[in-house]
Amino acid sequence: MAEDTGTIEARGLYHRYELGDKEYVTALAGVDAKVSRGEFLAIIGPNGSGKSTLAKHFNVLLLPESGDVWVFGMNTKDEKLTWEIRRNAGMVFQNPDNQIVATVVEEDVAFGPENLGVEPAAIRQRVDEALTSVDMAHMRRHAPHLLSGGQKQRVAIAGVLAMRPGCIVLDEPTAMLDPRGREEVMKTVLDLNKKHGITIIHITHYMDEALYADRVLVMDQGRVIMEGPPREVFLEKEKLVSLGLDVPPLGRLSEALGRAGVSVRPDALSVEELVEELCRLKSGA
Amino acid sequence: MMSSGVIMGQYYPASSPVHAMDPRAKILISVVFMVVLFVGNNFYAFAIMGAFAGLAIAASKVPVRLLIRGLRPILFIMAFTMVLHLFLTPGPAIFKIGSFTATWAGLIQGLFIGVRLVILIMFTSLLTLTTSPIELTDGLEDILKPFTRLGVPAHELAMMMTIALRFIPTLLEEAERIMKAQMARGADFESGNMVKRAKSLVPLLVPLFVSAFRRADDLAMAMEARCYRGGEGRTRMRQLRMAARDFVAFGLVIVIAALVIVVRIRFGPVVSRV
Ligand SMILES: Nc1ncnc2c1ncn2[C@@H]1O[C@H](COP(=O)(O)OP(=O)(O)OP(=O)(O)O)[C@@H](O)[C@H]1O
Ligand SMILES: [Mg+2]
Repeated sequence: MAEDTGTIEARGLYHRYELGDKEYVTALAGVDAKVSRGEFLAIIGPNGSGKSTLAKHFNVLLLPESGDVWVFGMNTKDEKLTWEIRRNAGMVFQNPDNQIVATVVEEDVAFGPENLGVEPAAIRQRVDEALTSVDMAHMRRHAPHLLSGGQKQRVAIAGVLAMRPGCIVLDEPTAMLDPRGREEVMKTVLDLNKKHGITIIHITHYMDEALYADRVLVMDQGRVIMEGPPREVFLEKEKLVSLGLDVPPLGRLSEALGRAGVSVRPDALSVEELVEELCRLKSGA
Repeated sequence: MMSSGVIMGQYYPASSPVHAMDPRAKILISVVFMVVLFVGNNFYAFAIMGAFAGLAIAASKVPVRLLIRGLRPILFIMAFTMVLHLFLTPGPAIFKIGSFTATWAGLIQGLFIGVRLVILIMFTSLLTLTTSPIELTDGLEDILKPFTRLGVPAHELAMMMTIALRFIPTLLEEAERIMKAQMARGADFESGNMVKRAKSLVPLLVPLFVSAFRRADDLAMAMEARCYRGGEGRTRMRQLRMAARDFVAFGLVIVIAALVIVVRIRFGPVVSRV
């Protein structure tokens, strides 16, 4: 076992799906990516660009055809480490209904630690902690199907947290939620990253969510084509638009303002920043 | 119409000694009770068992009307068997309809079967009314565990039950949504004869099945991602614990069983006495 460098890493990762007899679709065509401990990485890219395929490699749900994936110093090809890697790199999926196993919230959160064979009293403690971390402790006895989408996703996150992971991979966790649910989930994810130092790999179609990240990775056709802090990545508007991706809505607003003769900083991408920028311009004028 | 509360509707939450019992004790007592109910072959046995059931119902704080409502689905079967027995048991006649003769022996035999069914249904409903689905599955898994070596998939059965319970409301909700969508496009689920109505269900069932398979796929992956690898080495957060009341209740049902056997030997079957 290699030494734990605290990073999650894909090197020359290549993966294809077999469609039928000798027919393949290449989902990952040589991906190199690295996430440091405590980092918040966002992955964006058009449909079918390989984001989910990459995510599943971090959790050993898929194995590389060539290349390697390292999770905290453990190679995913090592069968003995599969469970330890899955524990350490938890995964939250898109559909909130299809990842909750039990009929009561707290039972579902207990599912992971139960699978790991943790002692009953310790499971109870982990479940309480996890539910408190996602602000769902008051609904511990509820039936999952009666929760809102955002609440279900927070339960799913708690289920991962109860396994005490170093990293959480979220594959479009907000795609099926209403704006309020999205906000709840993003707040929870940010909280875990900032307060608990958990590494986050967040796949999303929403550009404003990518703004929260320390770094954004843009994928297209199984390759990483851009990489950098969100503000830098979103400056390349044409390139993103040509991929069918959007720039954050406020980016478009500042662009429109620019055309109308009010030139604001192009990297003012959140509401607060834009307000500040506009106030600055106004007082400066 | 459908309501997502259906499946959980069976459980009647209350704080009673019966609710507080260990689910394993309740399941085992129910099984013993059922066996004894079929060992009993006269009304004395039913008097004893009825008294025990009455005691359990009183202690459970479950409203009797709920238990009676539970009888509704079997009313038809009950009436049917009673009529069959009434006419098909040989013996002195009460009255005649065409070539069918109703007999006294048949009347008593029919009543006997009816009472047995009522006690059976009431007592088993009490189990599901006082035990939450989780407790039931936990209890069942634990009871079946010793039989794992004989090939009984105890953990898998419990897991299946849990997943079914978890997804039935979700699928019902989805069925309702699809139905509304189809109705908005002019589909008609309510009129026409049986064949026509059955046919109208096809556009409902096909998308429902497709989605159910998709969900199963997703869920399997999510479970794997959460380190699920079968029952081996798995622990449980909730631990079942037998208390004094469980042993007392179990002792009581054993006493009942003994009494019923005595009564059976002493008085014999109900019909030969007519
Ligand atoms: N199970 C599978 N079998 C065959 N092909 C697959 C399978 N899963 C994905 N693919 C294909 O692999 C490619 C990458 O898919 P992937 O799901 O990783 O993309 P994605 O970036 O997550 O897309 P989306 O934004 O739609 O979620 C696509 O061309 C897709 O059609
Ligand atoms: Mg995807």
